[in-house]
Amino acid sequence: MLKISHLTKTFNKGTVNERVAMNDVSLHLPTGEFVTVIGSNGAGKSTLFNLISGCYLSDNGNIELDGMDITFIKEHKRAKTIGRIFQDPLKGTAPSMTIEENLALAYLRSTKKNISFGISHKDRAFFKERLAALGLGLEDRMKTKMGLLSGGQRQAVTLLMSILVTPKLLLLDEHTAALDPSTADKVIEITKDIVKENHITTMMITHNIQSALYLGNRTIMMDNGKIILDIKDEQRENMTVEKLLELFKKESHKELSNDRMLFS
Amino acid sequence: MNLLINLFMNPLLITSSVELGLLYGLMTLGLFISYRILDIPDLTVDGSFTLGAAVSVVVATMGHPILGIFLAGIAGSCAGVVTATLQTKLKVQPILAGILTMTALYSINIMVMSGKPNMSFRGIETIFSKMKTMLNISFVPMILGISIVILVMVVLALFLSTQLGLAIRATGDNEDMVRSSSVNVDFTKTVGLAIANSLVGVSGALIAQYQSYTDVSMGVGMVVMGIASLIIGEVIFGRKSIRRNIVAAILGSIIYRLIISLAIEFNISASSMKLITAIIVTIAISYPVLKGKIKLTRQISLRKSKQPRMKGSESHVKN
Repeated sequence: MLKISHLTKTFNKGTVNERVAMNDVSLHLPTGEFVTVIGSNGAGKSTLFNLISGCYLSDNGNIELDGMDITFIKEHKRAKTIGRIFQDPLKGTAPSMTIEENLALAYLRSTKKNISFGISHKDRAFFKERLAALGLGLEDRMKTKMGLLSGGQRQAVTLLMSILVTPKLLLLDEHTAALDPSTADKVIEITKDIVKENHITTMMITHNIQSALYLGNRTIMMDNGKIILDIKDEQRENMTVEKLLELFKKESHKELSNDRMLFS
Repeated sequence: MNLLINLFMNPLLITSSVELGLLYGLMTLGLFISYRILDIPDLTVDGSFTLGAAVSVVVATMGHPILGIFLAGIAGSCAGVVTATLQTKLKVQPILAGILTMTALYSINIMVMSGKPNMSFRGIETIFSKMKTMLNISFVPMILGISIVILVMVVLALFLSTQLGLAIRATGDNEDMVRSSSVNVDFTKTVGLAIANSLVGVSGALIAQYQSYTDVSMGVGMVVMGIASLIIGEVIFGRKSIRRNIVAAILGSIIYRLIISLAIEFNISASSMKLITAIIVTIAISYPVLKGKIKLTRQISLRKSKQPRMKGSESHVKN
């Protein structure tokens, strides 16, 4: 499904601040695979997502999604097939518009794009059904302004919005990091169900090693713009948080200095 | 007090304010789109208002006052597209983009009026005089104003509920989200600014024909006046839904005109009105901050005033 080859990105090239954020990264994801991405700050996880979603253009290498070369395709066009959720729950929704209006916007990604007035009854019923599936009682509050919802509710709706039209690839960028633990767990459960149900190829950045191993079926670890560890199947099943931290030390020759990772 | 009563008894003053309020209301709606919905303080308005007026006077001299108003709308939307292109494609800061277009329009407006800084409609038919002879009715500006405004309000409300309208509304709210809904943000901004400035152009054209006069500086301060009208409308009629916002913009514009004519009755010169308007807008926008500051000082002074009183009661007990 997703085929990344020799991806390279350098920021501030030719200046003292030159920084190689992505160093010849190649990655192949078959359809339906759920990859969790871990690594310390500045390892290049978000850069990788930004390159895939088209926020930045790569210096070198190419990205192929479902057999189509998307290396030079504009961000908003890629968004048709790539869903993305950020850490900040405020980033994924329009606060002064209602829940149903937000969903209607996300629904624009479907191929039918006509100028119809308002939201049709059919669409509204569809939104209601999908909202009900979240189990947060939001289906009765479709006319509520998004800005009035809590961070967790907003993130859940954002998640729903990004899969309302099933994307070919779903990018989750630490989407539970800003939520309190119990809400984060709930959003993680919703994520798990949604991805499994729709069989979406997914990449998820997380600082929680526990959930990195619990979710999905493959884990990659990044450091210094490179993938330093790629585990799946048996090797992954036998993996524990301690072993993973040990492996990280060995591969990157440094301690994982992130509190959040150590405590989880 | 008597003066105030006399004033409200003066029907001519009220009708003319309402008429002006309706015609300027279209400009306020334009600002509602750029300033409130897209969240861009679009200074193009100062230029596109005059552009609309200039285009309409030139076309009216050729004998087509109504066509002049339509062309004024198209000219205004072109100005909006220029500003939007500066912002989106050439990455000029939003405020500077508006200032650039506005400045360029100053020259263009004089060019449109074939080198003259002002033009009069003397002896030329306007949409108002034409309607008057055609339909043979009085109160033409009022009836025409109301019908145009209602038409625009209905069309705008419908448009903003379409998918494109939703996308434009979300652009001012959360650009990232619009982009991730696979909508081209540059496009929605361009469409929004084009519609906003076409409304402003139409407003300028109608005002010019209403006053039978066009001046190259007639657009100066339009943005501030529009924002003042918007805020007045919002304060009085609320901003709960889009429909309510649209109605509030028009009503705010009418009330603003009433305030102006009141001020002029009180012998405040027309030229100082821009200063007063700027002050109104400043106070209205900074109101939440000022309110917070006042509350804080009051709390502090309350605490301070409490302390000596407590000392006093202590001494009383001792005694």
